[in-house]
Amino acid sequence: MDRVFFEQLAMPLFDQLYNHACWLTGDRADAEDLVQETYAKALKGFGAFAEGTNLRAWMFRILRNAFLTSRSGLAARNTEYLEDENLKADEAVAHEVTPELLLQRSQNEQALFAALESLPVNYRQIILLCEVDEMSYREIAQVLDVPMGTVMSRLSRARSSLRAALGANVREEVR
Amino acid sequence: MTLCGQERETLAAYLDGEVQAEQASAFEQHLRTCTECAAEVATMVSVRRAMRSARTRFTPSADFRRKIQAQSWPRQRSFKTFLSLSVAIAAFAILVVSLVWTRQSTLGGDAYREVADLHVSDLASANPYDVVSSDRHTVKPWFQGRIPFAFNLPELAGTEFTLLGGRLVYLDQQPTAQVVVGMRQHKISVLIVQESGALASGFPPSGGADVHYSFNLETWTSRGLRFFVIGDAEKAEIQRLAQAFESANQ
Repeated sequence: MDRVFFEQLAMPLFDQLYNHACWLTGDRADAEDLVQETYAKALKGFGAFAEGTNLRAWMFRILRNAFLTSRSGLAARNTEYLEDENLKADEAVAHEVTPELLLQRSQNEQALFAALESLPVNYRQIILLCEVDEMSYREIAQVLDVPMGTVMSRLSRARSSLRAALGANVREEVR
Repeated sequence: MTLCGQERETLAAYLDGEVQAEQASAFEQHLRTCTECAAEVATMVSVRRAMRSARTRFTPSADFRRKIQAQSWPRQRSFKTFLSLSVAIAAFAILVVSLVWTRQSTLGGDAYREVADLHVSDLASANPYDVVSSDRHTVKPWFQGRIPFAFNLPELAGTEFTLLGGRLVYLDQQPTAQVVVGMRQHKISVLIVQESGALASGFPPSGGADVHYSFNLETWTSRGLRFFVIGDAEKAEIQRLAQAFESANQ
């Protein structure tokens, strides 16, 4: 695969990668660094990329790995251990949130974004990959470098957390 | 786990399009009878739809895109920049030239048309003159206070021309003296107006003769005034009248 061809494939992913990087880091400058690093690494490694396999998943995987070793990524990893402790509480709250309430809250863009931002980065990322970037479980497994089963269970927990976060926002407003 | 015993995970997987075909149809069967699952699915669908706005929440700046592209594909990029730049410059130049050209031609065209219109409307009018006199000492003073400038009328007695009268008109939105001169059965209009930018760009500064709508037209400027002589008389006769006016206003 030559450089020109690679450009034709890689540049259309630019907006998506940037948006994803912003969601991960929560900062435009950090996101720009991340995207820049992603393209630099992709360009260096595109010889190793097997044509016909999924370029998007491959690029997202490079982005994710770059993120994990970045400053904001390390900070996020340090808070990751809280994930499991919160899980049970989230599950409980998630069941309290009625479909009607969820429906109403999800229509409020700001509430939805705030809830998404409040999630641990692993949860946020898997929801974004699945629902925003519309990747299949297989692609997500490639990006995150985890087995399919982990994708399903993590996605399920992430959605419960999102649901709980949407409900939590409501309670804060009522108070 | 929902009350009916379905795993939430299955619901989600169904919506993600990640279940086998037979499993999907079995689940759809279940949805028809289970309101709880139906409500759950409806909610998930709506959240998913709302989530779409997250897709375009952050858009990269054009500068950043250029930066990445320049870093990743420098040679090709610079050639492209050069190409697009030169195309842009060429397009801009063409635009400017055509703008100037159309502007000038429309201005000129418009002014000619206006001059011709004033002459024709005078010919067609039942009251072609505001002041009727063959005496230049009557016609000239009449314009005092009606136009913001003064001009001289040549002595036409003893020539083939006869002063018929004058009236106040507007040309290019400026008060203009129209002096009508007869020559046998022809009527010739002499229009005198202060020179303006629009008129200047549309006409030559001196000695311009032209034919418009079969009228002969002579135009020149003198001391900030723009003169038009227009009529259906012979070109030589129009020029003679023009010379008479030109020498009277030097």
